[in-house]
Amino acid sequence: MGGYGDVQLLREDGLRLDGRKVDEMRPVSIQAGILPAADGSAMVTHGLNVAVAAVYGPMEAHPRKIQRQDRAVIDVRYNMAPFSTSDRIRPGFNRRSREISKVTAESLESVVLVERYPRAKIRVEIEILAAEAGTRCAGITAASVALADAGIPMRDMIVGVASGKIEGTVVLDLDKAEDNYGQADLPVGILPNTGEIAFLQMDGDLSPEEYDLAMEYNFKAAGEIHEIMVDALKARYEESEN
Amino acid sequence: MSQGLSGAEQRLVTPGMTIGSLTGMRVGSGAIVHNDEIIATKLGWVRENNGTISVDPINSPYIPRSGDLIIGNVAEVRNNLWFMDINGSFQGLLPMSLAPWKVEYGQARQHMNVGDSSLARVQEVDECHNVVLTMKGVGLRRLSQGAVIDVPVNHLDRIRGEGNANLDRMKETSDCRIIVGENGRVWVDGHENGIDWVREALDIAKQHGHKSSFDSAMKKHEKKFNKKGDA
Repeated sequence: MGGYGDVQLLREDGLRLDGRKVDEMRPVSIQAGILPAADGSAMVTHGLNVAVAAVYGPMEAHPRKIQRQDRAVIDVRYNMAPFSTSDRIRPGFNRRSREISKVTAESLESVVLVERYPRAKIRVEIEILAAEAGTRCAGITAASVALADAGIPMRDMIVGVASGKIEGTVVLDLDKAEDNYGQADLPVGILPNTGEIAFLQMDGDLSPEEYDLAMEYNFKAAGEIHEIMVDALKARYEESEN
Repeated sequence: MSQGLSGAEQRLVTPGMTIGSLTGMRVGSGAIVHNDEIIATKLGWVRENNGTISVDPINSPYIPRSGDLIIGNVAEVRNNLWFMDINGSFQGLLPMSLAPWKVEYGQARQHMNVGDSSLARVQEVDECHNVVLTMKGVGLRRLSQGAVIDVPVNHLDRIRGEGNANLDRMKETSDCRIIVGENGRVWVDGHENGIDWVREALDIAKQHGHKSSFDSAMKKHEKKFNKKGDA
């Protein structure tokens, strides 16, 4: 979030470099149940991001010291594939993936009815196959579709969306250039049915007015993505109904 | 039963969707109350029955209940008890005292070892999900022959059919002994052609179990076996 002033991110006609309007999202498509071996799975394509999530469990939590007597623990592992960006990523856990795993786990814990499965563990694996800014949002969307696909009880799903600021203008859904050279990034996890916020991070600075506008964009996008999520889950069971 | 497919109104819902208001309605499984509204917690079909609104999940893990007939695999043996994998979140515990044999302390392994399958009943489930199994009862035994086939737990009702009609037809067609465990495991024993046929039939149940095409697919499959028998 350097805020390099000399990089032009908005065109003369007010559109963004890839031709999107300021409140326009990259195309999103979701498929549920793509991994036959997992209890639940989903793939989210968000612009050039590709995130795959697999859910296993609930199963007995091991080692026993991580068990909670009154609820299940959610074990999230977010990982970017070495080939997901143009610079090869060194395989394995790093500071960034550890952070994203933690915030994802905590936000999922707020929607999954963890008290139904004491001493159990629900394993969520998120693999980013291709990355172009906004992978944590694509990952959390994929994870919540996969959890629903696995039949894990939840009080709502979570939609991951992000807004940000480029050249002093609030825009929805930053792409790679906008993320690298923009001034702010505001990824949010929204519960689409209740309108609650499950996680919120902010990188850079936004004024209160800009923040309100960014959140307005986020909620609008969350509604759109939620419809795609519902369609993806329903498509798995309704499509060949004849 | 048939997951809402037979009813006039079938509504597929996803977690978080409002499926009704609390006025005059009771909340069944797969739903919770939030702000006086009934909300689905699982992906599945809405069912209303005698003023109770619930969601029949499409995909769900096996939740043990006491009295369930299950097929377990021995995962671990101790001196006086067996731990069984029962296809659920937690292992089931079969103590020596509830085994059908007279077991000396330390001799448990000689009756059933790791990898063996057995037919058991759930004796007790406590609030911490500890599952105690029993093998004392009619027909409960170690399964020393036949094949155990995994099927989705939520399709068991369809595999059995109304009043076990489907299951009886399968037994008759294949000339096999079939036992359906509540935990999504089916034991089949008989001639190998028959076992193969049942295996294929259960594959059909896996793929079509949630669709209305299930019955026609099964009928088609039944004809296939008759032809094979003639040849």
